[in-house]
Amino acid sequence: MAVDTASSIATGRKAAPNSDRFSLSQETRRGLTLLSPTLILLVLTLALPVLVLIGLSFWTQVGMTLTPGFTLENYDAFFEKRIYRLVLLRSIENSAMVAFLTVILAYPAAYFIAFKVRKRKMLWLILITLPFWTSYLLRVFAWKIILGYNGVINSGLISIGLIDEPLTFLLNNREAVVITLAHAWAAFAVLPIYVSLEKINRSLLEASADLGESPFWSFLRVTLPLSLPGVTAAFLLVFIPTVGDYVTPKLVGGNNGVMIGNLVQTQFGRGNNWPLGAAISIISMMTITAVVCGVLLLMHQIKKRLA
Amino acid sequence: MRIGGKKLPFSLAGSYTVIYLAFLYIPVLFLPLFSFNDAIYIAFPLEEFTLQWYEEMSESTALLNALENSVKVGVVVSIISTILGTMAAKAFTRYSIPYNRSLKGFITIPLVIPLIILGISLLVVFSQANVPLTLITIGVGHIVICVPFSMLVMMSRLEGFDKGLEEASQDLGETPWMTFWRLTFPLSLPGIVSSLLLCFTISFDEFILAFFLSGDEPTLPIYIWSQLRFPTKLPSVLALGSCILVVSIFVVVFAEWFRRLGTQPSDSGND
Repeated sequence: MAVDTASSIATGRKAAPNSDRFSLSQETRRGLTLLSPTLILLVLTLALPVLVLIGLSFWTQVGMTLTPGFTLENYDAFFEKRIYRLVLLRSIENSAMVAFLTVILAYPAAYFIAFKVRKRKMLWLILITLPFWTSYLLRVFAWKIILGYNGVINSGLISIGLIDEPLTFLLNNREAVVITLAHAWAAFAVLPIYVSLEKINRSLLEASADLGESPFWSFLRVTLPLSLPGVTAAFLLVFIPTVGDYVTPKLVGGNNGVMIGNLVQTQFGRGNNWPLGAAISIISMMTITAVVCGVLLLMHQIKKRLA
Repeated sequence: MRIGGKKLPFSLAGSYTVIYLAFLYIPVLFLPLFSFNDAIYIAFPLEEFTLQWYEEMSESTALLNALENSVKVGVVVSIISTILGTMAAKAFTRYSIPYNRSLKGFITIPLVIPLIILGISLLVVFSQANVPLTLITIGVGHIVICVPFSMLVMMSRLEGFDKGLEEASQDLGETPWMTFWRLTFPLSLPGIVSSLLLCFTISFDEFILAFFLSGDEPTLPIYIWSQLRFPTKLPSVLALGSCILVVSIFVVVFAEWFRRLGTQPSDSGND
């Protein structure tokens, strides 16, 4: 507060009057005016639609007509069919694996750029994030080409004579989905980890070295704990969006790779039961939220233990 | 790393990063590789070099229509998103906004929400409000995900220059409008160009929202998706994909270069 006042005196501006807490200062009002178009847009296109989706999950649909009302039928339908639960659980597992893999793969690269690169850091960052900006559909499709029955790996191995028959275990399973997603989202994990590593005060590492810690223990006791917020962010940034993905499972997952997004898409497409699709989405979102809270709580505990 | 007292020209982390980059790039490079291959099947060994798939691609009117649709949506989306994103960024960086952390969080939700949820929610609202699915509905969906990107790009740009400059200009008697045109706008121009380009790329490549929100006018990713079912069409999809990759990469590199203009003098490559 004192600093605020000092800086406003220094720049010749008056601090906002604090006498009346309920009248907004002119500055605040100007800021809110600038912000309002975006807020109105997002209320109409994000908050409202999600509320409508929640409402829809309590409706029923017969044929093409939606019947408003309040019924738990769709939620019952979800919990009655074992397959729905299994697919949701598998999606969560798949995405957790993907997020774990991407973080493990991204960490050393982020570490290298933050600590080892002295010049042209931006060049390295752009190189790593570049593939992320290219078409998602094409990146997933590339893996179908690679893993397919007549794909790059199979035809490559046959033409150099290592195998006679195409390997069938490459495509149409969970592993294919996990590898493809881990590749498609790799760049997303590098940035948050890099930012948290970059923020670490280098004198802490010097102090640790001066106190006789080996580089390995310095890393384990100083660098790694301090980069945990970035690691958590990276994990969640990959985990949350991938749970709902339906492109990858559809292209490389086959029947065994089906994820919850495919079920939702079916209800909004061929299955044509929007309320059920809405209920599946709501249940998925709540499950995702629960997992996210769990991860954040776990990180909080780890931080407390370390402190 | 030292072996036998000699310093190696590379470090462990450095070589790992190079392998990591290979992992990122090589799978995607198969698209252009096979797009020049004179065979209907995407398989080794490679046959003769050919440009026939590019010819076939450029003769498809359905493809050219989809391309036109994508460009239309992308241009409009990037302009509207950048205007909104810039205003929001300015509000957060220059004025004291109550609850600014929660509001910022709300605006960035589209970056983390599974896109399928956003897609079906919008689809439900549009159909309940009897809004026909057209390029406009796709555009609305894309604006929702582009505004937070634009805001983040602009915030990092606006935080980069001194608030005192604007205050000085106003104290010297410039109107807020002239201050904007003569000071804020030129200083944030690189951010604006970068935001326009990035939003265009996001919209141009976006598939999941477009899948739910498109009527009978497909965008390019929707067109590609529809072609994936036909094995004979795959080589020309590869050709198209390669063109899209090249354009995306070019646009993003340009956007990043622009965004960094005039910032971080220690890192701008005086080496």
